[in-house]
Amino acid sequence: MSLCYCSATELLGKLEAGELTSVDLTRACLAQIDAHQPAVHAFVRVNRDAALARAAEIDQRRRGGAPLGPLAGLPIAIKDNLCTAGEPTTCASRMLERFSPPYDATVIARLKGADAVLIGKTNMDEFAMGGTTETSCFGPTRNPWDLGRVPGGSSGGAAACLAAGMATLSVGSDTGGSIRQPASFCGVTGLKPTYGRVSRYGLVAFASSLDQIGPLGRSVADVARLLQVLAGHDPLDSTSADVPVPDYPQALNQPLDGLTVGIVREHFGAGLDGEVEAAVREAVRVYQSLGARVREISLPHSKYAIATYYIIAPSEASSNLARYDGVHYGYRTDEASMLAEWNVERRQLAAAGDQRALDGQDSLLVRMYRRSRAEGFGAEVKRRIMLGTYALSAGYYDAYYLKALRVRRLIRTDFDQAFREVDVIAGPVAPTAAYPLGDKLDDPLAMYLGDLYTVSCNLAGLAGISIPCGLTAGGLPIGLQLQAPPMQEERLLRAAHMFQQATDWHTRRPLQTSTVP
Amino acid sequence: MSSHPYDIIIGLEVHVQLLTRSKLFCRCSTRFGGPPNTQTCPVCTGLPGSLPVMNRLAFQLSLKTAVALNCEIPEFTKWDRKQYYYPDLPKNYQISQFDLPLSREGWLEIRDPKGAFEPKRVGIIRAHLEEDAGKSMHDELAGKADSRIDLNRAGTPLLEIVSHPDMRSPQEARAYLDELKLLLTYIGVSDCNMQEGSLRVDANINLHIHTSPVKIATPIVEVKNMNSFRAVERALAYEAVRQYDVWQETHRQLGQPGGHKTTRGWDDQAQVTRPQRQKEESSDYRYFPDPDLAPVVVTPDEVVGVRAGLGELPAAIRQRLQDAYGIDAYDADVIVNQGRQVVDYFVALAEAAGDGKRASNWVQQDVLRTLNERGIGIDGFPIPAAALAELLKVVQRGDLDNSRARDVFQQMLAAG
Repeated sequence: MSLCYCSATELLGKLEAGELTSVDLTRACLAQIDAHQPAVHAFVRVNRDAALARAAEIDQRRRGGAPLGPLAGLPIAIKDNLCTAGEPTTCASRMLERFSPPYDATVIARLKGADAVLIGKTNMDEFAMGGTTETSCFGPTRNPWDLGRVPGGSSGGAAACLAAGMATLSVGSDTGGSIRQPASFCGVTGLKPTYGRVSRYGLVAFASSLDQIGPLGRSVADVARLLQVLAGHDPLDSTSADVPVPDYPQALNQPLDGLTVGIVREHFGAGLDGEVEAAVREAVRVYQSLGARVREISLPHSKYAIATYYIIAPSEASSNLARYDGVHYGYRTDEASMLAEWNVERRQLAAAGDQRALDGQDSLLVRMYRRSRAEGFGAEVKRRIMLGTYALSAGYYDAYYLKALRVRRLIRTDFDQAFREVDVIAGPVAPTAAYPLGDKLDDPLAMYLGDLYTVSCNLAGLAGISIPCGLTAGGLPIGLQLQAPPMQEERLLRAAHMFQQATDWHTRRPLQTSTVP
Repeated sequence: MSSHPYDIIIGLEVHVQLLTRSKLFCRCSTRFGGPPNTQTCPVCTGLPGSLPVMNRLAFQLSLKTAVALNCEIPEFTKWDRKQYYYPDLPKNYQISQFDLPLSREGWLEIRDPKGAFEPKRVGIIRAHLEEDAGKSMHDELAGKADSRIDLNRAGTPLLEIVSHPDMRSPQEARAYLDELKLLLTYIGVSDCNMQEGSLRVDANINLHIHTSPVKIATPIVEVKNMNSFRAVERALAYEAVRQYDVWQETHRQLGQPGGHKTTRGWDDQAQVTRPQRQKEESSDYRYFPDPDLAPVVVTPDEVVGVRAGLGELPAAIRQRLQDAYGIDAYDADVIVNQGRQVVDYFVALAEAAGDGKRASNWVQQDVLRTLNERGIGIDGFPIPAAALAELLKVVQRGDLDNSRARDVFQQMLAAG
């Protein structure tokens, strides 16, 4: 198989044995990017020279017998909402198009410490708001399985680059399904760790109480390797958990006897596509055939998850994004044209003798805020800022935000109870497979409803993973979601690995990108 | 006992910068006077992706202050975001405490040593911790409307201490501030330097007009821009007279149309308050719990520990000096106001000389004068208490009169 689609485990073996250099591997990925980036557009920026230089340096250290990190020489793609020192970190927003942070996110520092080769920054929905990667200011990413379809989102580039063989591993972020849903649409494996498992320091915040960084790969084993490097306590993040990190890759090989898989009654209702349902039910039968018990459970408050999520996430976002105002960094409106506009208004109002309107005119500072934010943010980001600002306003706070917090606790309680009976919960990731570009762009509500199965995991602070479990008749990947209690990534990975040992869905590749080179 | 046809109602909001080396949510220095924007990092400049981590020491100092102010300390306190747009507030929200502050309902006793008013307890509504904003510098020299922003101060820990409207005169307000400052310096939580902005005062003032059968409240005015305690006293005196004039002219009442709260700034040169521009709509800060910070749990044991570590507070020392050394309230006040080390010197002197009143006189007159003249603290004073006590004993026995004793004192100073 082409180097581009090799597993991390296999590649590390070859690198260690001297059968392969990181430079050759990085070149192979770059060649794949050259071939397919124009159509797929998974990256917003490719660090060709820096990646090759880094690969050469690692190869040299390896030849010199120096000790190397656990991901030494592997090309890894980074979602563009993770701060990389001195390099643009744009969140796919015009607002940060020219912004380069002066510091590395904790996960970036960890990846560098693990001797990974950071090959580039991947495309995403603007500020991670969206489920299709269409809201990127750089234009959409396309699904390598069908270029007419979306790759999912918001980590669409992170998933698509793996499906297209452009990197060995990638790092995304998940606030309401942003790793799991694109993993499902692109036929790769993506894990959302427990809230607090991975440091958020340097992840540009969307919704602080929900955001979590996580690994994507082409197998559970690869994802486990990457999670091993990402996970762990960080004194720079007060919400990161000071809990020991197990040896995830090692854990995979331990058998998981007596597994009880829960399936959620509420997951199989209206709106779930028939092919997706069939594939998920078949996946559950695979578990049964492997000796697992299956138990139906109920999550009675899950019907409120979308409403709860779309109060809490925009509320936090409205606050987190307030800092983008054109004052200190990021996009600022053209001041000359602003001043001209403002002066014309003044003259007109003065000529009309409208003193009231003159007194009520924005100060230049306020005008600068307004114009910068109006021009710097896209429509979906503005929609969420307005939703959140409304929900936090005096007189509405109790009815919306406070109530949402209460429901969030009930959702968590549902899961706590469920996990007394089952070890993991299995179900769909998304109601459908990947849909055509533009299908839901003008229908935000339909887009939000697509998050039905994924948002609860963030609201309840659980661990969740998406693994390929089938293809539609049209040849599009279908994902299976597994969820485990907080800090049970080990259990989650073992259960997912068990499935990949018994099936080959995760080894399927899109024709488009796997046949060319 | 008002000589006016009204009562003056005053409440004070004091912001105190705590004596921490580093900021409230990052490790940047809090040193005053550095070149602009040299004490900043991704956290205090609000860069994307940065996260706050609470400074434990700042919290401890706040707790200490709250306990010294006799506050209740809840077991659970949290951080909230107070949201408003301002260029010197880089995140466009301030991390503060809203509905669950670290302390509430305490009091501070004030008294006038000359008896100008009856001793009273001024209630404390709450003391809470928050981060400071940066500083906007309006570049008028350039002749343009350009502003520059210095974020060195952004993120400095501030303790906001809000009093009940319990003060009834500018003198009481002054006494409250003096006593609060003394307390804060005694327990070592702040240097209370107003010039460097480590203590700032805003005042809320209105009048209760004596009418029959009930008193009528006039609209509340918040007074800002007061750069010294003296300025606070003068601004409040000015404001009381001004508000009475306005009342006579308009009869505007609190809570009626036109009776909303307004803000005025003290102009120290002109010695008047002037209206400050305000927004038409009332501001909505959209407070909500900061999801980046964990709530803080304070156990009753911790509070006991903080209380035990406070040491003797000024009010208690005044009483002890009066009881143990037979000096009056005024003298005790003067000595205690000089700080803990002067108190220690006085106590050593009084004990060794066996005469509290004489020790008090000598400390207040000769010792303090010398300190003032030389611009030194008691730690630099050359005559040990024991040596001065010997001199006092000689005077007490009648072997030396006071003027001869002062000559000896000067010789001892010169020798030291």
